[in-house]
Amino acid sequence: MTATLEPPVAATPIMVPRVTFEPRDAEPEPIATGELAIEVRDFSFWYGQVQALQHVSLTVPRRAVTALIGPSGCGKSTFLRSINRMNDLISGTRVEGEIVVEGASVYGSEIDLVAHRQRVGMVFQRPNPFPKSIYDNVAYGPALNALCSRRDLPDLVEQCLRRAALWDEVRDRLDAPATGLSGGQQQRLCIARALGNQPTVLLMDEPCSALDPIATQRVEELIFELKRDYTIVIVTHNMQQAARVSDFTGFFDRGGLLVELGGTNQIFTNPKHERTEAYITGRFG
Amino acid sequence: MATSAVPAVHDRAARPRSLSGSSRHDQLFRAILTACALAIPVLIVMLLIVLVRGADPAIRKFGLHFIVDSTWDPIAGKFGAFPLIVGTLLTSLLALVIAVPLSLGVAIYLTEFAPEMVRKPIAMTIELLAAIPSVVYGLWGVFVLMPILRTAVFPLLRSVLGFLPFFQGVIYGPSVLAASVILAIMIMPFIMSVSREVLLAVPNSQREAALALGATRWEAVRTAIVPYARSGILGAIILGLGRALGETMAVTMLIGNRHEIVASLFAPGYTMAAVIANEFAEAQDRMHFAAMTYVALVLFLVTVIINAAARLLIWRVSRGAGSGGKEL
Repeated sequence: MTATLEPPVAATPIMVPRVTFEPRDAEPEPIATGELAIEVRDFSFWYGQVQALQHVSLTVPRRAVTALIGPSGCGKSTFLRSINRMNDLISGTRVEGEIVVEGASVYGSEIDLVAHRQRVGMVFQRPNPFPKSIYDNVAYGPALNALCSRRDLPDLVEQCLRRAALWDEVRDRLDAPATGLSGGQQQRLCIARALGNQPTVLLMDEPCSALDPIATQRVEELIFELKRDYTIVIVTHNMQQAARVSDFTGFFDRGGLLVELGGTNQIFTNPKHERTEAYITGRFG
Repeated sequence: MATSAVPAVHDRAARPRSLSGSSRHDQLFRAILTACALAIPVLIVMLLIVLVRGADPAIRKFGLHFIVDSTWDPIAGKFGAFPLIVGTLLTSLLALVIAVPLSLGVAIYLTEFAPEMVRKPIAMTIELLAAIPSVVYGLWGVFVLMPILRTAVFPLLRSVLGFLPFFQGVIYGPSVLAASVILAIMIMPFIMSVSREVLLAVPNSQREAALALGATRWEAVRTAIVPYARSGILGAIILGLGRALGETMAVTMLIGNRHEIVASLFAPGYTMAAVIANEFAEAQDRMHFAAMTYVALVLFLVTVIINAAARLLIWRVSRGAGSGGKEL
C-alpha cells in the first residue's frame, strides 16, 4: 500500500545512544506563510493554579504530519486538546495567547465551536467508538452536522471507511456493533469517523499507545496516506513513531515549554537544543 | 475451580500448614455463604406456599375468574380483584409517566450541566428523599399535595384536557391521579439517583468523542451519553416501577379506596396493596381473608412477571448494537 514508508526501526538490545533514523530523500520544503494550517502565538494554559503550557508559539504546515514529543506531563496532550478546545470539559482551566486554525481564532469570541470541531477532527488515545453499528459510527458526524443528504450518506461512509483502510474488513458487517471490532480496527474506525466530518485538520493523541505492533503499523501507514489531504498533528510517546510518520517534530519539555520545532530529520539527527538531544538519545524521559 | 482448592492428600503434607488450614476455613466460609445465598430462593418458595395455602379457599371458589371479576362484597362473600389490578397497574404507570422525564432531566442536569459545586449537594438531597418513610409522604400528600391538586391542578387539567374521558367528571380530592402523583414523587429519588450513577459511569471518552465530532452538549447527551447508558437507565426505571407497584401507605391515604373502575382519573380507585392494608385487620370470615391472600398472590405474581419482562427488555436492549452500558 505504501512503499514509501520506512520499515520500523529494529529494537536493539544494547543501549544505543541515538534513535536510528534513515534520512529521507529531502528535507521538507521551508514553510511559506500561506501554507500554514495552524498558528499558535504565545499560548499559555493553566489547570487551576498549575501552569501546563508556557508561551508556546509554533506553526503547523498544511498537508504534513507534525509530531509532538516529550516526556510525560510535558503538556503536549494539553496543547493538542487546546487546538479543538477539548479542555473546555475540564473546569477551572484558563488560557492566554492565541491559536489560529485556518484563519479562525480558536479562543476568539467569534468562534463557532461546533463548526470548528467539525473541521478539526480528533483521534483519541484509546479507541472510543460509540456502542452503535459500524455504519452509524461513521455516519454520526455527517448526520449530526447535516453535511450531506441522507441519500449520499452510504457513499460517504464507504468513502471514509476506504480512506481509513477498514472497508475491506467491515464491508459485509456494517450493521455489526463497532465494539466487536479489534482494538486496531476500532482505532481505524475512529479515524474513519473523524474523516466523516470532512475535516481539514486531524489531531491524534497517542493514537497507537493502546494498540499492538501490527495494528500500530497499519495506523502509521494510514497516517502516511492521509497527510496528502489532511493536516495532521500527532502526539506520541514513541520517538520511533515520530521519526517514521512525521515531517516536522516539536519537542516539549517538562513545565509546558516548547523547546524546539523543526524538520523531523533535523530534530533526530542534529537537534539544536541540548535538552532535545538528551531526550531523543534516551538520557531522560 | 472447586477441585483445585482441595489439594490431594499426598500434597497436603508437602504444603505449608497455614495454607492447608486456610483451605479448610475456605470450605467452612464457602458453606456459610452458600447457605446464605440459598436462603433467598427458599424464602421465595416459602412465601409462595403460604400465599397459595392462605388463598386456597378463594382459589377453589373463584378460580381464575377472580382476576377479571369486579365485585368486592365481603358480606355476600363475593370477591373479584379486577379493579384492584387495574388500579395498581394504572397508578404505577401514571407515576412512571410523570416521574421518568423529570428524574432523567434532573440526572442529566446533575451529571452534564450543573456547576460542580451544586452537584453533590443536590444529589445528596435526592438520596435523602428516598429515605423518607412512605407514611410521611402520605401525610404530606393528604394535607399539602391533595388540596393543591384539588383546587388548582385538577380544575386546570379539566379545562384544558376535558375533552378526554380521563379528565372529566367530579373532582374529589382522593383520586387515582392524586395517588399517581404521590407515587411519582416517591419513586423519583430512586430513578434519579440510579440514573445519575449510570450516567456518571459513562466513560469520558464517549463525551469527548461526541463533542470532538461537533456535537453540542445537548446533542452529546442525546446521541451518545444516554444511548450508552440506556440499559442502566431502563434498570433505574424498573426499580422505580417495582417500588410503585408495591407501595402501600401513601397510596392508601390518597387513592380514595373505592372498588370500581372509572375512566376519569379524578375519581377514587383502589390498589392491591391498599386493599390488603385497609381490610386485613377487619377481615372476619375465612373467605374474606382468603380473598385478600389471593390478592397478595396476584400482586406477587404481577410484580414477578413485570420484573421478568423488564429484565428481558434490558437484556435485549443491551444486546442490541452492543451497548456499552452496564447492567444493573
